[in-house]
Amino acid sequence: MAKQSEIRYLTPLSVDVKKKKYCRFKKNGIKYIDYKDPEFLKKFLNEQGKILPRRITGTSLKFQRRVAQAVKRARHIALLPYVADLMK
Amino acid sequence: MNNYETVFILTPVLSDAQMKEAVDKFKSLLTDNGAEIVNEENWGLRKLAYPIDKKSTGFYAFLEFNADPSVVAKLEVNFRRDERVIRFLTVKQDKFALEYAEKRRNNRGGKRHEAQANRQTTDRSSSKANVEKQEVESKETND
Repeated sequence: MAKQSEIRYLTPLSVDVKKKKYCRFKKNGIKYIDYKDPEFLKKFLNEQGKILPRRITGTSLKFQRRVAQAVKRARHIALLPYVADLMK
Repeated sequence: MNNYETVFILTPVLSDAQMKEAVDKFKSLLTDNGAEIVNEENWGLRKLAYPIDKKSTGFYAFLEFNADPSVVAKLEVNFRRDERVIRFLTVKQDKFALEYAEKRRNNRGGKRHEAQANRQTTDRSSSKANVEKQEVESKETND
C-alpha cells in the first residue's frame, strides 16, 4: 500500500493549474494584421510553416480568419514558405 | 475611388537603373490612368522564401494608391505581360488597413526624424555635459 502512495506522488499532482489562453489581438487592441511582416506571422506557424490551430494559439475566431488571410498573402509574395522543414 | 496597395517582385537579373525604370513604368501607368500614388517603398533585393522561376532572390517594390477598380485590372494585365515581374499582389485597403498604413507611413518617416532628433539631443546632451564639466572645473579652480 505504501508503494501505491509513492507512485501517486511521482505523477504530477495538480494538472488543472493551466494558464488561461487569450486572444492577443483583442488583448493588445491590434485591429489589422499585416501580411508584409513575416516575423510577426511566424508566431502563428509551426516548424513546417503550417498555420497553428486556434486551440493552441488562443486567437479568437475573428482574428484567426485574418491571420490565415495574412499568412496566405505573405506566402504568395514569397515572404513565407508554403512548405518548410525547420523554419525556425 | 478606392485605396489599394500592391507589392510586386522584379527579377534579380536587372541592374539598379533597369529596376527603377520598371517601377517608374508602373507608377506612370497608374498616374496616367488617374490614380493618385500615396506612398512608394523600395524594399530592395530580398531573399525569397521559396524559389520562383528558379530564382532565389528578387527586388521588392511596394506602392499605395487611390484609384478606380478598372485601373487595378489594367495594372494587373501589365504585370502579367511584363517579363520582369515575377510575382505581384494587389490588395484593397479596408478601414483597418488604411489606419495601419497611415501609421506605417508615419513611422517610416518618423524613424528618420527620430534618428535626427536623437542626434540633436545627443549633441545637446554632450554640449550640456561640456558645460557641466566646465562648471566643475571652474568650481575646482575656485576651491
